[in-house]
Amino acid sequence: MNNILNEIGIENYIFLSVLLFCIGVFGVLYRRNAIIVFMSIEIMLNAVNLLFVAFSTYHQDAEGQVFVFFSMAVAAAEVAVGLAILVSVYRNLGSIDIDNLKNLKG
Amino acid sequence: MQVLITIVSLGVFCLLAEIFNLRKLLVPVTVIGLLAILGISLNLWAIDPSMDEKYASMIAVDSFSNAFSSLFIILTIFLVALSGDFYKENQTKISDFIAIKVFLLSGAVAMVSFANLSMFFLGIEVLSIALYVLAASRRLDVKSNEAGMKYFLMGSFASGIILFGICLIYGATGYFDLAAIKDLSSGAGLPIWFPIGITLMIIGMLFKIAAAPFHFWAPDVYEGSPAMTTATMSTLAKVVAMAALYKILSSMTSSLTPTFEMVIVVVSILSMTIGNIMALRQDNVKRMLAFSGISHAGFMLMAILSLSTAASTLLYYTAAYALAGIASFAVIIYITRNKDNEATANFNGLGKTNPLLAAVLTASLLSMAGIPIFSGFFAKFMLFTDTIKSGYLFLVIIGVINSIISVGYYFKLILAMYTKEAAEEKQAVPFVYYFVAVVSILLNILIGIHPSLVTNLLN
Repeated sequence: MNNILNEIGIENYIFLSVLLFCIGVFGVLYRRNAIIVFMSIEIMLNAVNLLFVAFSTYHQDAEGQVFVFFSMAVAAAEVAVGLAILVSVYRNLGSIDIDNLKNLKG
Repeated sequence: MQVLITIVSLGVFCLLAEIFNLRKLLVPVTVIGLLAILGISLNLWAIDPSMDEKYASMIAVDSFSNAFSSLFIILTIFLVALSGDFYKENQTKISDFIAIKVFLLSGAVAMVSFANLSMFFLGIEVLSIALYVLAASRRLDVKSNEAGMKYFLMGSFASGIILFGICLIYGATGYFDLAAIKDLSSGAGLPIWFPIGITLMIIGMLFKIAAAPFHFWAPDVYEGSPAMTTATMSTLAKVVAMAALYKILSSMTSSLTPTFEMVIVVVSILSMTIGNIMALRQDNVKRMLAFSGISHAGFMLMAILSLSTAASTLLYYTAAYALAGIASFAVIIYITRNKDNEATANFNGLGKTNPLLAAVLTASLLSMAGIPIFSGFFAKFMLFTDTIKSGYLFLVIIGVINSIISVGYYFKLILAMYTKEAAEEKQAVPFVYYFVAVVSILLNILIGIHPSLVTNLLN
């Protein structure tokens, strides 16, 4: 494993993760379908998980991989709540386009 | 540590109470349980005033974490006490609501007593997920749905940014442990990832405390959520996030760079000014308090400029702000409980129909505006003194100007209560509203008269 990391270089892992993270960020900012926004948030979190594992190998330290388990569990809980909110939005509005959420303004 | 364990077991008990049909007893029993936990937490000082214990290098109990945990427990006691009447129509779900509030408290305590970044991340997520559920808890109401959805999207976006920050810090140092990170951060030769990671974490936390320019979600979410949730967000959640931000910065970096201090100054000025100016033109009380909360976030950020000494000032400011917030929300929840909006007109003539509640609301608004004898004044005074000592006189001048502007919108509500005619007759008020409102405002005045009660805790 370590040889592969040496050959590719930790920088490239960081570039890949930052790229994935930015894809997620732009998805959250520009897409209007709530499901796709959720998926973009997942991409953000998984980009970080990827980087955690890469750093964990880089430092020869298992803590980073343990953290990935925490963050996966948390992401699952978060999405469960998010989907529940989405279902109640859909029942009330009949759509999951977040542009329809415009009742609150001031 | 005992505090955290007992809070979690109380939360589990709340869930089990549902099975044994103890719904009627649930609120009093939870309040008593929380009082007992408060006793445990205060007792830690009696045993060992200079406590500094670590548990498996995950949780560190010191006077900072213990003082803030006690404050959070007091706030939760008030919020739980109010929930009994607020969720009267949802009697079958009461144990869920109470359990979520207690678990929220456990997240809050974890966020001030972490010694490891993984504990911090879990704490912030427990707190946020509980708040997403509470914000969307009125599921047939479109406004509550919208608030929950917006809060969820913004909150998980911010969590993603915080997680990326943690990851870069781990990459740069190889540790999640705060003490180890602090040791490494003072030496030279850390990769560029380290400052980037800290910056990302701070951006995420600024989202959570709703400081400008990351404040845009707050007014919508505060307005749409049920009043009880708004009370939780604007008092407990804001105080927790602020304390956690302070703790992250003070325990990971030995000193702030001048550039970074400049950024904090700019964010602080922006939050104060935007919050106050936008609050002037609001008619919805919850929305007004949301903007007022944004401006208070700006004030609290000043504490970061004198990082090594400002812990007790921050504790005092947050206690003053949160107690005033609880008192005002006790009145607001009562007034708006059967209304579908929170317009200022609902408060017309409250001074005649219910003088006590009107007096409490007036007192809490005056405390937020910073009028003497209420602790809000002394909080601002101490904060400004600290900031002048660290050499930011112009920031204090802007802060004073903003305090004067803020009097404008607080007085709009006070004038509506005392000079306009009431639209409805006086109604019987459940005792718990009086109790919470009066006790919290009395606590506010008490720490205003004896600031040393609070400030001595951290010295």
